[in-house]
Amino acid sequence: MGAKRKRLINDVLVNGGLLFLVLLWTIPTLGLFVSSFRSREDIQTSGWWNVFPHREWQKVSELDPKALGLDPNGVMEVEGAVGTFKEMRDGIETPDGRLITWVGNKRLGRIDVQEQGWAVSWDFDLSNYDQVLSGKDYEYKNPDGTVEVIPGDDMSGAFLNSLAVAVPATVIPILIAAFAAYAFAWMKFPGRRFWFVLVIALLVVPLQIALVPILRDYNTLGLNGTFLGVWLAHTGFGLALATYLLYNYISTLPRETLESAFIDGASHFTVFTRLVMPLSVPALASFAIFQFLWVWNDYLVALVFLGGNPEFKVVTQRLADIVGSRGSDWHLLTAGAFISMILPLTVFFALQRYFVRGLMAGSVKG
Amino acid sequence: MAATLKPEGNGAGTQAAAFVGRVVLAVAIPLIAFFVIYEGFIFLRDSNAPKWVITAVAIVWGVGGVGLLYWVFNGIVERLPAQWTARLQPFVFVGPAIAILFWYLALPTARTFWLSLFDRDGVAFVGLANYKAIFTERLMREAFRNNLMWIIFGSTFSVLFGLVVATLADRSRWEKLAKSLIFLPMAISFVGAGVIWNFIYEVRPANVPQIGLLDALMVAFGRQPQAWYAWTDIIPWNNLFLIVIVIWLQTGFSMVLFSAALKGIPSELMEAARVDGATEVQIFFRIMIPYIRGTIITVWTTIVIFTLKIFDVVWVMTGGQFGTEVIATQFYRQSFVARNSGFGSAIAIVLFLAVIPVMVYNLRQFKEQEAF
Repeated sequence: MGAKRKRLINDVLVNGGLLFLVLLWTIPTLGLFVSSFRSREDIQTSGWWNVFPHREWQKVSELDPKALGLDPNGVMEVEGAVGTFKEMRDGIETPDGRLITWVGNKRLGRIDVQEQGWAVSWDFDLSNYDQVLSGKDYEYKNPDGTVEVIPGDDMSGAFLNSLAVAVPATVIPILIAAFAAYAFAWMKFPGRRFWFVLVIALLVVPLQIALVPILRDYNTLGLNGTFLGVWLAHTGFGLALATYLLYNYISTLPRETLESAFIDGASHFTVFTRLVMPLSVPALASFAIFQFLWVWNDYLVALVFLGGNPEFKVVTQRLADIVGSRGSDWHLLTAGAFISMILPLTVFFALQRYFVRGLMAGSVKG
Repeated sequence: MAATLKPEGNGAGTQAAAFVGRVVLAVAIPLIAFFVIYEGFIFLRDSNAPKWVITAVAIVWGVGGVGLLYWVFNGIVERLPAQWTARLQPFVFVGPAIAILFWYLALPTARTFWLSLFDRDGVAFVGLANYKAIFTERLMREAFRNNLMWIIFGSTFSVLFGLVVATLADRSRWEKLAKSLIFLPMAISFVGAGVIWNFIYEVRPANVPQIGLLDALMVAFGRQPQAWYAWTDIIPWNNLFLIVIVIWLQTGFSMVLFSAALKGIPSELMEAARVDGATEVQIFFRIMIPYIRGTIITVWTTIVIFTLKIFDVVWVMTGGQFGTEVIATQFYRQSFVARNSGFGSAIAIVLFLAVIPVMVYNLRQFKEQEAF
């Protein structure tokens, strides 16, 4: 076996293995994405992979049993297929590969003849999104003509709520942490080391530990079910990590740059806003992306602190509600899930480098 | 700033007026600021304005309000005599962070511990009875068993897949694309991932076409659909169906760290091994694995912590029923559904104690890795 051949086999193994894993990882999301554009009936009656070309039975002709003189109570023969009524209702294959099916009852039924043929199920529209986004009732016409009224899920409202929660809950902790990190790195005050060690130590506290006491405080203060309450909660749970990470960055800024600014008479506040913040943009962006995603995708904190206020439900809560109440309405679930993912995915594709760095850094969040 | 406001060499009258002006300004600006902030809070809580208006106000008010507070407090401190400015300014900068951390993390740890010593209403002192219950109650034992499964299978397979993908991607020509696609699930929420996988696990009766991918594959490979039942019924292996979701989400994380670590292996080392006739498999086990051992341990422990606190997936997919309860769902159920604050708090403390050693180890590693 030559070296060239060996390398070829190696290449095939590497790329084939990688392709297999990538497909395995991508197909779940792809299935959801494709399904969200298919109609309710299509989703319920056929797998989403039917959007790819595949072989299926297609009706080629229709026969009238009476015209053929068949007796449904005995054994019948149609196009070479032989069977009783019961067997025919389940479908029998003819010797030349066609499918004979009795549709309807014994007296008024008909016979369908089907052949295997190539097909794609390409009937896409946005009606699922219409329905799941709107807050209004939605009328659905069943195939049998009856009309069902389905309450809308108001995903658009939930989307706005998520924005109202996530943007401030990202900016506030970063701002507070940046001020603190600057003070720890460049200001002198008593107990600096002690406070800093305390901040680091608090990294180990899981947020579960804080939920019950904080909820009690919120009930007393009237902060339960308000945006401010959720922002502060996310700030509290993200602040230790943010301070630690930003300190690591801000403390390594060049000393000379800052000192020359002080000599020119700049105050700490000016140096912080005009010099340190702009210089720290890479660190701020990475943490911002991590925190934004964390808050956007969070379910537990929203459930505890916003749970009492249906008006302010965020996308994850709304989606979980649909899972709970209408878990088999896949046309709603797929569209709803995709709405909840659209913003994180956009951020992911637009800012991939910061995104990866941010998530790596945030992996130790408590 | 204060110095520029001070008029120089004017009469006593103007000086006094300027002083009064400064005092009024120093009092008025904070008052106005607090008023605006308070009004914003009331508006957001009670307003019936269109949703997008509320969202816009919330963002502007939330972000602007915090900036405004810093600006106001800093302004007050900078107007003080110089030595007081120097003494107090650090606390304007660091104070809010410390206050919030104290309120949201430090104090609650003590309060939760205190609550865990009391009964469900927080009235009668019960000592360590809640802790005893944690280790004897049936559902809690189930939760511990399941969390153990989560830790073992979740972290091991995330690490394994991450390592395999990183190694393969390193040798292929479409490394970037492959890594992006594997990393993509990390952007998805647990609730969203729950929906995605529920759709894959969906089971239909035998006489209609299967719409769940897993079951369709089963049928395609000749398994009778009626012999296959809902995945939730296979206790305790139904936990694996949930763990798969987290493996799917976390592999991207381990892949990125491994990929970076693998690139740090000196190429001379690999070349030397190849020249000596080592096979790729030998290189993988004898050189790459030992070289990135530190990273493997870090990734593994990070995912262990992650799986210890797992909540959303379980809560959305099964609600902890069918024998899938974990520590965090038990915590939520006891604290917020059963309203048994003593028991719930005790669970939180146990979770905390379980996380500490791994977390401390991890933070130490994290510092060495300089991941940021």
